[in-house]
Amino acid sequence: MSDLIGGNGCGVRIGVYVCHCGTNIAGTIDVRALAEFAATLPGVVLARDYKYMCSDPGQELIKKDIAEQNLTRIVVAACSPCLHEKTFRHATEEGGLNPFFFHMVNLREHDSWVHTDKVAATEKGKDLLRAAVRRVKHHKPLERRQVSINPDALIVGGGIAGIHAALTMANAGKHVYLVEREPTIGGHMAQFDKTFPTLDCAACILTPKMTAAKTHPNITLWTLSEVEKVEGYVGNYKVSVKRKPRYIREDVCVGCLECVEACVYKQAKVLDEFNLGLGKRRPIYIPFPQAVPQLVLIDPESCIEFKSGTCKKTCVEACAERQAIDFKQQERFEEIDVGTIILATGFDVFDASRIPYYGYGTYPNVYTALELERLVNASGPTAGEVLLRDGTKPKSVGIIHCVGSRDDNTNKYCSRVCCMYSLKLAHLIKEKTDAEVYNCYIDIRAPGKGFEEFYNRVSEEGTHFIRGKVADVFPTEGTNQLTMRVEDTLMSMVRQISVDMVVLAVGLEAQSDAQDVRRRFNISSSTEGFFLERHPKLAPVSTFTDGVFLAGCCQGPKDIPDTVAQAGAAAAEALALIDAGAVELEPNTAYIEEELCSGCKTCIPMCPYSAISFVADKKKAAINEVLCKGCGTCVAACPSGSIVQNLFEDVEVFDEIEGVLAYA
Amino acid sequence: MPDQFEPKIVAFFCNWCTYLAADLAGTSRLKYAPNIRVVRLMCSGRVDPQFVLDAFAKGADGVLIGGCHPGDCHYQEGNYKALRRAHLLRTVLREMGIEDDRFRLEWISASEGDKVRTVVNDMVAKVRALGPLHLAAKPTPQVVAAHAHSITAAAVVGGA
Ligand SMILES: Cc1cc2nc3c(=O)[nH]c(=O)nc-3n(C[C@H](O)[C@H](O)[C@H](O)COP(=O)(O)OP(=O)(O)OC[C@H]3O[C@@H](n4cnc5c(N)ncnc54)[C@H](O)[C@@H]3O)c2cc1C
Ligand code: SF4
Ligand code: SF4
Ligand code: FES
Repeated sequence: MSDLIGGNGCGVRIGVYVCHCGTNIAGTIDVRALAEFAATLPGVVLARDYKYMCSDPGQELIKKDIAEQNLTRIVVAACSPCLHEKTFRHATEEGGLNPFFFHMVNLREHDSWVHTDKVAATEKGKDLLRAAVRRVKHHKPLERRQVSINPDALIVGGGIAGIHAALTMANAGKHVYLVEREPTIGGHMAQFDKTFPTLDCAACILTPKMTAAKTHPNITLWTLSEVEKVEGYVGNYKVSVKRKPRYIREDVCVGCLECVEACVYKQAKVLDEFNLGLGKRRPIYIPFPQAVPQLVLIDPESCIEFKSGTCKKTCVEACAERQAIDFKQQERFEEIDVGTIILATGFDVFDASRIPYYGYGTYPNVYTALELERLVNASGPTAGEVLLRDGTKPKSVGIIHCVGSRDDNTNKYCSRVCCMYSLKLAHLIKEKTDAEVYNCYIDIRAPGKGFEEFYNRVSEEGTHFIRGKVADVFPTEGTNQLTMRVEDTLMSMVRQISVDMVVLAVGLEAQSDAQDVRRRFNISSSTEGFFLERHPKLAPVSTFTDGVFLAGCCQGPKDIPDTVAQAGAAAAEALALIDAGAVELEPNTAYIEEELCSGCKTCIPMCPYSAISFVADKKKAAINEVLCKGCGTCVAACPSGSIVQNLFEDVEVFDEIEGVLAYA
Repeated sequence: MPDQFEPKIVAFFCNWCTYLAADLAGTSRLKYAPNIRVVRLMCSGRVDPQFVLDAFAKGADGVLIGGCHPGDCHYQEGNYKALRRAHLLRTVLREMGIEDDRFRLEWISASEGDKVRTVVNDMVAKVRALGPLHLAAKPTPQVVAAHAHSITAAAVVGGA
């Protein structure tokens, strides 16, 4: 490192810092040449290259130079501003300058990492630097607007992620709205009997948390509810929640289930969603015995009263003086104000019928793993017995791993939990039926705490492991069995294995409405459809929308321990924001220079937030700074050039354009 | 290879989708042509037609605008405004003798790092084939402003 003292020429004193980022930048770009080049640019009084600008000594350098060289503008050419703009603005401020007297050049993500030709990459670096130096001289001292944070929080989705996050925040004394669209909270975990790798009973660990969420004085739990609309910004979101009718008065129903017994349907006839259609329920029902809230609901699709209005309404009779049943309940909307939002909307399992050669939906004894979870569950449709469709116990079961995962035709990614839950199911099936179990896998992925040990345990129990991707499943001639054809890659031979039951280890996918949900909350998704975190390593539960956090499988496949850890992290991030009491907003808002405004009203319909109004007596437009989110659309539309966007002023952008194009 | 023509492309990327996609291309170490210079704006709706005309006037051989997919704009509908302006801008550019391939609007989401690569490479190849841009008469700032004005005015008539 050394410094290069350049000339001056335009009233500002700019310091330029070119970061090596170890070899990340310096390996492709001649950083020394860039610094030398910068020193020749008008306004630059000092240019340095340095190994790690974001390190403490790097930041100190900026502060020291501001003091010693009377710098008035700072340019750092390093990584993406999305990563370190905050860091360097802070250093600039600590050095005694307005933090916005700073501009950042993206030399790493946009240059050294994407180009191989060193000369071309260095030339590009020069252009970008020149643009920054030209632009930064126009920078104005700006103030960040402080907004207070409403301490109430919204959590969307009541699976284990949402429940855990809600309890954490509620225990910290914050009021939480927990919004779940199903009639009960619990999510997928409520469907399992045991959980890997410890095989502890899912209900025993989940039910107490569900109940705690329901009874906690700081949690308002709304089931059968969905978020319709979100407005506002960090700390100050206005949310409209649609609450679907349960046809049961929640404050009156005591969950005695007498109405269910009394229903005119003496036999349960309706396919039961919670049991994935493996069991039946009545039109008035409770999803499962430990459902929270402990309330029944009526399904208007199958209820005779809803269909014809002629039912004897034996349920109402049974409910008697409690009068909890209300056929007239309507959908309604609640408007709430919250400061932070945690999305915990979970996942959907892969639709196995998308792989026709495994025969799901065609051969009755092909099941998905989630269906098997219900069969092994003591409170499931078979009271915990693993049975074939004809009611007999299977003597042999094949489990096919990676169905809808690690597959170019469906999902390329690994769903992370299927190997482990397949081992769990192998163990449970063996325990319950003593059947021969064949697990056909591509690789066994058992990378968690206690996972490898669990794999060894299941192997020792006598489960057969066949390394190979099953090619197809078809009926075995002359029997009721199914044949799995698989190339055993360890034995280098094709094997045909006849089994009574086939279980498909379906992968985890984003919820089918994930794209609508993410748009509602103004966040992005990754290519696979899961919600996108702000940074994969350093901000794994944040999103690009301040105040909106992620927890659990909505961000990507993961097991329960990781889900709970992430939910705790999301709650902590939200709590940190709330306890800070206020946040500072980026000052990139727009304002109108009154003298220039011709009163043409072009800008008014441009603004998506209705931030622009027309001041009739002055015949001029005016922007409400609190409502403006700083997109700049009105700025680009104003024919008289009278709207200015802070940080993106016309002069700044024009000089940047000229900067990247002017050959040195 | 004899000196091949290296076009200069100025790109206006919105902060929330395309800029992040370009960052992702970086963290994924995807390689693409070094001819592009990105100017970061908050939204594709901020792209003033004057920015595009100015870039051509100052020597760009191509201009690329990158924004969020329809329905995904961080500010709800800035990208629709950008799209409408781009249509009008294209007619003006044609009048000025600037070929269609030199001006491009693309929707690239934050997860589409690979699309940044393919779009940039494709655009560089096409502009390279067209050769350097020789504007018949270099538009003066006044001309640029006048054209831009007609576009914003037309966009207004087009309705919001
Ligand atoms: C077959 C199978 C077996 C498994 N076995 C194990 C195991 O043994 N051990 C283990 O650690 N992990 C296991 N897993 C993984 C485990 O299921 C997940 O880690 C866990 O369920 C993730 O919790 P979640 O809260 O993120 O999502 P979910 O459990 O999917 O919960 C999401 C909740 O959000 C609700 N929701 C969705 N969208 C909305 C919306 N728009 N508005 C309101 N509410 C909404 C849903 O109704 C649901 O209640 C298994 C997974 C599968 C598929
Ligand atoms: S578009 Fe410009 S000139 Fe017209 S009302 Fe708005 S600020 Fe005033
Ligand atoms: S910058 Fe965007 S949000 Fe702000 S007033 Fe203009 S159009 Fe509205
Ligand atoms: S923020 Fe990307 S186009 Fe508007």
